[in-house]
Amino acid sequence: MKSSVIVFPASNCDRDAAVALEQATGKAPDMVWHGDAELPATDLIVLPGGFSYGDYLRSGAMAARSPIMRAVIEKAKAGTPVIGICNGFQILTEAGLLPGALMRNAGLNFVCRTVTLKVENNQSMFSSAFSKGQSVNFPVAHHDGNFFADSETLDRLESEGRVVFRYVDNPNGSARDIAGIVNDSGNILGMMPHPERVISPLLGGVDGAAFFKGLVDAVG
Amino acid sequence: MKARITVTLKSGVLDPQGKAIEGALSGLGFSGAHNVRQGKVIEMKLDETDEAAARAKLEDMCKKLLANPVMENYSIELTA
Repeated sequence: MKSSVIVFPASNCDRDAAVALEQATGKAPDMVWHGDAELPATDLIVLPGGFSYGDYLRSGAMAARSPIMRAVIEKAKAGTPVIGICNGFQILTEAGLLPGALMRNAGLNFVCRTVTLKVENNQSMFSSAFSKGQSVNFPVAHHDGNFFADSETLDRLESEGRVVFRYVDNPNGSARDIAGIVNDSGNILGMMPHPERVISPLLGGVDGAAFFKGLVDAVG
Repeated sequence: MKARITVTLKSGVLDPQGKAIEGALSGLGFSGAHNVRQGKVIEMKLDETDEAAARAKLEDMCKKLLANPVMENYSIELTA
């Protein structure tokens, strides 16, 4: 299985994502620069965390319009699995691949700690390693993680089972405690917490290793 | 032409920065200031000389980049 990590100026979790993917797939991912126009052949695309373009204008706004995103959008719409973590989630909403927006944390503080998430839906390819209702621990590290969408959109996400992860103790004011959602086809996941940071006991946890392993098994 | 685009959060969208500013104003003794909202202003010069064409171009810019329609409104002012 071949994977790709998109690297934007000021991405800072790209190498963590690469290590997590190599651990799960047995193969180092292709690191693809934002200015490239084409993606290599790939079965999984990761948009990593960071502060692409210094969060200018809005978090993820510039990155969502960068040259590589045209190729990412094309692949995503054709069904290639895509994960956006943290800044990657912001980029996916800005690119229109996921609904809603990530706003300034309700408490205005940058929040950097491990949070507990509840797995709301384990039928997704991104959560099949877990059981429904299971608690998993992933770190968050963001200033703009406050998920916002109008109530119709939120109702639709809920009724279609597209809320995959929910905060047990909401750190940022996100609507309905939403931590991670998928698109209507189920092949695009956006989440603020960082599974790539907990892939070894040495890093303080292994729930992220299970996340990536489950995804790789599901994608095949 | 010169353009000034004002981007504001839609009403109903929580603006924690606006709330913090409101709290700080109150702390400074400015009473009676309510519903403080923070937005942003983007200015630019356009080569376009036709007002309608300039406005159409700015609308397109706002929709594609300058504002996020999920949470923001925008208004455009043009001067010669």
